Amino acid sequence: MNIDLSRRGFLRLAGAGVAATSLGAMGFGGAEAAEQAHVRAFKLASTTETRNTCTYCSVACGILIYSKGDLAAGETAEIVHIEGDADHPTNRGSLCPKGAALKDTVHSQTRLTQPRIRRPGSDKFEEITWEEALDKIARALKDDRDANLIQKNEAGVTVNRWTSTGFLAASATTNETAWLTYKVVRSMGIVGFDNQARV
Amino acid sequence: MTNSWTDIRNTDLVIVMGGNAAEAHPCGFKWVTEAKAHRGAKLIVVDPRFTRTAAVSDYYAHIRPGSDIVFLMATINWMIQNDKVQWEYVKNFTNAAFIVKDEFGWSEGLFSGYDAEKRDYDKSSWEYVVGEDGFAQVDMTLSHPRCVWNLLKEHVSRYTPELVEQVCGTPRDRFLHIAGMIGECSAPDKTMTSMYALGWTQHSKGSQNIRGMAMLQLILGNIGVRGGGMNALRGHSNIQGLTDVGLMSNLIPGYLNMPTEKDSDWATYMSKKGFKPLRPGQTSYWQNYQKFMVSFLKAMWGDAATAGNDWAFDYLPKLDVANYDILRMFEMMDKGQVNLYFCQGFNPLLSFPNRGKLTSALSKLKLLVVMDPLETETAHFWENHGEHNDVDTASIQTEVIELPTTSFAEDDGSLVNSGRWMQWHWAAGTPPGQAQRDTWIMSGIFNRVKKLYQDEGGPFPDAILNLTWNYADPHEPSAEELAKELNGRALEDVYDLKDPTKLLAAKGKQVANFSQLRDDGSTMAGCWIFSGSWNEDGNMMARRDNADPDETGAYLGWTYAWPMNRRILYNRASADMQGKPWDPTRKLIEWNGEKWTGYDVPDISPTAKPEEVGPFIMNPEGTSRLFTRGMMRDGPFPTHMEPFESPIANVFNPELRGNPVARVFADDLAQFATSDEFPFVATSYRLTEHFHYWTKHNRINSALQPEFFVELSAELAAEKGIEKGGWVRVWSKRGSVKAKALVTGRIKPMQCGDKTVHCIGIPLHWGFMGAARKGWGPNSLTPFVGDANVETPEFKAFLVNIEPIKGEAVS
Amino acid sequence: MTTDPNLDSPRTAVSNPPIQPMPVNLGPGDVVRASAMPDLPAPTRELTPVAKLIDVSKCIGCKACQSACAEWNDTHPEIGFNTGSYQNPADLSDQMFTLMRFNEYENPETGDFEWLIRKDGCMHCEDPGCLKACPAPGAIVQYSNGIVDFISDNCIGCGYCVTGCPFDIPRISPTQHVSKKCTLCSDRVAVGQGPACAKACPTQAIVFGTKEDMVTHANARVEDLKSRGYDKAGIYDPQGVGGTHVFYVLQHADKPQLYSNLPADPKISGVVESWKGVTKTVGLAAIGLAAVGSVLHGLLSRGNRVTAEDDREAKELVEPSLPAQDKEA
Repeated sequence: MNIDLSRRGFLRLAGAGVAATSLGAMGFGGAEAAEQAHVRAFKLASTTETRNTCTYCSVACGILIYSKGDLAAGETAEIVHIEGDADHPTNRGSLCPKGAALKDTVHSQTRLTQPRIRRPGSDKFEEITWEEALDKIARALKDDRDANLIQKNEAGVTVNRWTSTGFLAASATTNETAWLTYKVVRSMGIVGFDNQARV
Repeated sequence: MTNSWTDIRNTDLVIVMGGNAAEAHPCGFKWVTEAKAHRGAKLIVVDPRFTRTAAVSDYYAHIRPGSDIVFLMATINWMIQNDKVQWEYVKNFTNAAFIVKDEFGWSEGLFSGYDAEKRDYDKSSWEYVVGEDGFAQVDMTLSHPRCVWNLLKEHVSRYTPELVEQVCGTPRDRFLHIAGMIGECSAPDKTMTSMYALGWTQHSKGSQNIRGMAMLQLILGNIGVRGGGMNALRGHSNIQGLTDVGLMSNLIPGYLNMPTEKDSDWATYMSKKGFKPLRPGQTSYWQNYQKFMVSFLKAMWGDAATAGNDWAFDYLPKLDVANYDILRMFEMMDKGQVNLYFCQGFNPLLSFPNRGKLTSALSKLKLLVVMDPLETETAHFWENHGEHNDVDTASIQTEVIELPTTSFAEDDGSLVNSGRWMQWHWAAGTPPGQAQRDTWIMSGIFNRVKKLYQDEGGPFPDAILNLTWNYADPHEPSAEELAKELNGRALEDVYDLKDPTKLLAAKGKQVANFSQLRDDGSTMAGCWIFSGSWNEDGNMMARRDNADPDETGAYLGWTYAWPMNRRILYNRASADMQGKPWDPTRKLIEWNGEKWTGYDVPDISPTAKPEEVGPFIMNPEGTSRLFTRGMMRDGPFPTHMEPFESPIANVFNPELRGNPVARVFADDLAQFATSDEFPFVATSYRLTEHFHYWTKHNRINSALQPEFFVELSAELAAEKGIEKGGWVRVWSKRGSVKAKALVTGRIKPMQCGDKTVHCIGIPLHWGFMGAARKGWGPNSLTPFVGDANVETPEFKAFLVNIEPIKGEAVS
Repeated sequence: MTTDPNLDSPRTAVSNPPIQPMPVNLGPGDVVRASAMPDLPAPTRELTPVAKLIDVSKCIGCKACQSACAEWNDTHPEIGFNTGSYQNPADLSDQMFTLMRFNEYENPETGDFEWLIRKDGCMHCEDPGCLKACPAPGAIVQYSNGIVDFISDNCIGCGYCVTGCPFDIPRISPTQHVSKKCTLCSDRVAVGQGPACAKACPTQAIVFGTKEDMVTHANARVEDLKSRGYDKAGIYDPQGVGGTHVFYVLQHADKPQLYSNLPADPKISGVVESWKGVTKTVGLAAIGLAAVGSVLHGLLSRGNRVTAEDDREAKELVEPSLPAQDKEA
């Protein structure tokens, strides 16, 4: 604890009004007592910078994600700041109020961290393992497809259509995720398949 | 977008109608302010509300929600009446000269062929006269009474400035001022850009709104040029990509079509994809359809797709209806016909109409699976949140599994922006807790289902068992592997079709672009329009050269734009019939006597002579279309239709309600209201501080716009005794919400004929999960009906009532 | 884009921040004035003055500046209520250093409706009333580049700066008991970057650079506005406080009050003058401090002496007729 902090601590205890008067009474010389003028330590020093794209609208602004730890080097990486990429031709470093606050979406209190299940009639979610969750989903898919896949229509045309299961995909996922999702969904015969482009 | 965000800097006039770019796309709107600052461009805003886009506009006019077609057709009429037409463009680059069948016509709001029973048209009369030579007949002098131009002239003649005032509530002088500003852009060296979004799509005739502006832009010669275009601003970061990759009921990647039951076999399916040119010498690029389709089927099923089994055509499901879109799925769900439903990063409980029906439908599922980075209302639909979600939890038997996924910051891959730029990004952070990538989850589900079929057998397992899955780690395919599949590769050596000795792509190599795809099974490509994005030159989507020679805004070295790294679609139309740029100061490409050269990748064969091949190579006409033939369900020209809930009867035919061919389910029809009971027009929209239902989870965005409110005029507030910041109840025939009242001069009562129309604005960002205050979305109120062509819900115009209520005091 | 090491002050906010450790180019040697510090050593060099220009005519009121400000400065603005306005949070706070203020205006001359949206926050006055009013040694400093910064370690939370500010900007933290306001991102400027708000601003309504460059840019913007019919467009760079290092382009520069009560002719409050004048004790009491005992004189005399050279200026600036207290919240 340096002298300045202890002085402030004392002043705070004494209350602002008395404190101001006490300052002189205690004999602190102004220039001597004051903490030297300084700016906040630059918080991005020694962080890792990763190029990414804003997840919100389809302007697709370039962003720079700053993390402690380098994911690409196999380290655990904690994101500490996000701002616009000045080299990006579209946004040239700017971001909207959503993009400028992206870090707090990543670190939202309501991020999901654990698979959960809500049983029929229950008033709560319970944690389950990934294995349990995926096994349960696969079993349900198999059973419903076996029961409801329409292989031929009345005219005898092969249709291989499954309408009792539907899938909404997300237009904030990557093309690569979309393609894998497409393969899985279509190969099963699901036709109730859409994404936010429908809205 | 036909153009790109950075191209907007090249414009002379921006019209924002059917959108609110400054609020929904602020960093794209940057380029509007750049055009204003550096080119002296002007900005027009036409909107029911004076928005934050209007705040920086040069001219604003209000319009009654759902009346845009009247405004647009009247604008076209004004252009024709005042000779503000880019004639050389219209004659050569549109189908103005094409002769239409005598049977085609319009009366009392309906086109020829309407069947009220079926709520559908017989579209056979909406077609060109085709000669014995197999080509459509044309009259290049535009004097034939049945040519498209003269039919259009007659069609729009009904739309006068007086009709605009009567139907749209836009003052006549405001309309005329805007028409005058737009008219200046018919000069070959002036361009206007149209920026629109859900303000036009979310109507039961949304597609026709957009058609209307596209026609105006063609008449002005503003398509294919720098600073012009039809620019759909679009929503999510990869909504373009998800559409490109075809994650929709009726699509196959690259805008190929899912087969229907009428496509009983491969030959029948392909027989409809002939796309023979309708005029001599035209390109009609869709003649390559089969190459793209076979390459797709090979990407899906590899060696199991052979010429002998029609490339596994029967592995694909066939549709019995046009669409199993989301509205239909929720209708079926509510009827107990759906058992399992997956929501992968989608929150339908807040994003589809008539929330009461959605809750009822979800309650009838056996299993709901939600994959999301955040806690969504959909995953919690069964949870009682008091007045904000007042459900009987114990009675809901739906099992819900909620799976934590990574966010953008923890994932690699590419996203397609509205300008079709495919941009690669890199993971930066460690996922929280047990969150997993969607690719890991989808693989986990698929591998288990496949194993169940291997172990137990079951109906038609072939498409599952034979699905291509040759990834290094079958439990988590990498983004790189998947991106390479999308691009496509040679399965056998691929040779030049014109020179069989010239090897283009050796077996196993990535194809350079889609010109190397074949229909003989020797190539595969997940999504043909993405071909070129990851070829043997590497990941083109990761390129970061931001050089922009001569500051055209093209940025050809920055990532990759589909198709073929082309930045402005139809760019051949930026030059005249001799191949010279309409505006030499805004050259895009030009004909140098041998080939097309310039700042962009030509949207035509580089050696196609300008006087011979038309610029719209995806159309068999070689031209664009002012008359869309039978391609849209609700007419070859846009005709005025009221919203399903409207305070005013259709001026052309008071018997018509909404879009006469829009699909309406019986239960929903009974829930449409009239203005006797619900006198006020409501419209829904986004606010710049929030992104849909995500940022209410973000503490900062929640601070910037903390609480649900509705906006209304001072006049309506006075009439109802509503105070600024006070509580109001807003209700429709389908539900009720409670909100704070934002009383503003930015919304004004509109005079439509002898009727005063009050509009209430309802933003959409609140729900019962997250950091912001609990509230409701407009979807508690909106009608369950979609656009006749694409089933986008009618969120932008419906009827409500409003009253002041007592609530807890504002602290 | 990194900073040219030969430049003493950054020229733009459109650049990507460094991640390598950088020397801090803003320190004690750059301080030209400090509150209650009479014997301040002369600065070791003269930095090029910087400024943030806010072009209200390009502002879309999106609040990206608020968002970027909270993220960069790690503040926690409260999740409040809607009070019938787009303005949120409801006011500036120790956790929200900048705020979009919205005003609806029916222009009687044109008949047009206008929505005037102004980003509010510290103006970084050339002659800072906050600094003059502050009794805590070194709690408020002014660097030679024009940035007026609060050194929280020296702040006693007395609130004099709030009173001294002609723009009603500083806010006292109820938990930390120190005064807070915009720093012009002094930590970014010190490593050659511009403020977070200016970098984020989607339409470049907020731009940053040298004061000279910003004035040139502002003049060009005024010309553009005049060509669009805003005859009274102009620059707001109030001379009553010696000019400011955050300044505006306004469509209606003749009526700054239209922009959510931007003062037409801001001056340092008469109160600041009075407590620095002869009747120091009375002046102090008038501001509400609990004045006690004879020690008070010691403090005030030192405080007064510290800013003696400013005092003459302040006396000239402050109109005797100004209401004694029109700023107190």
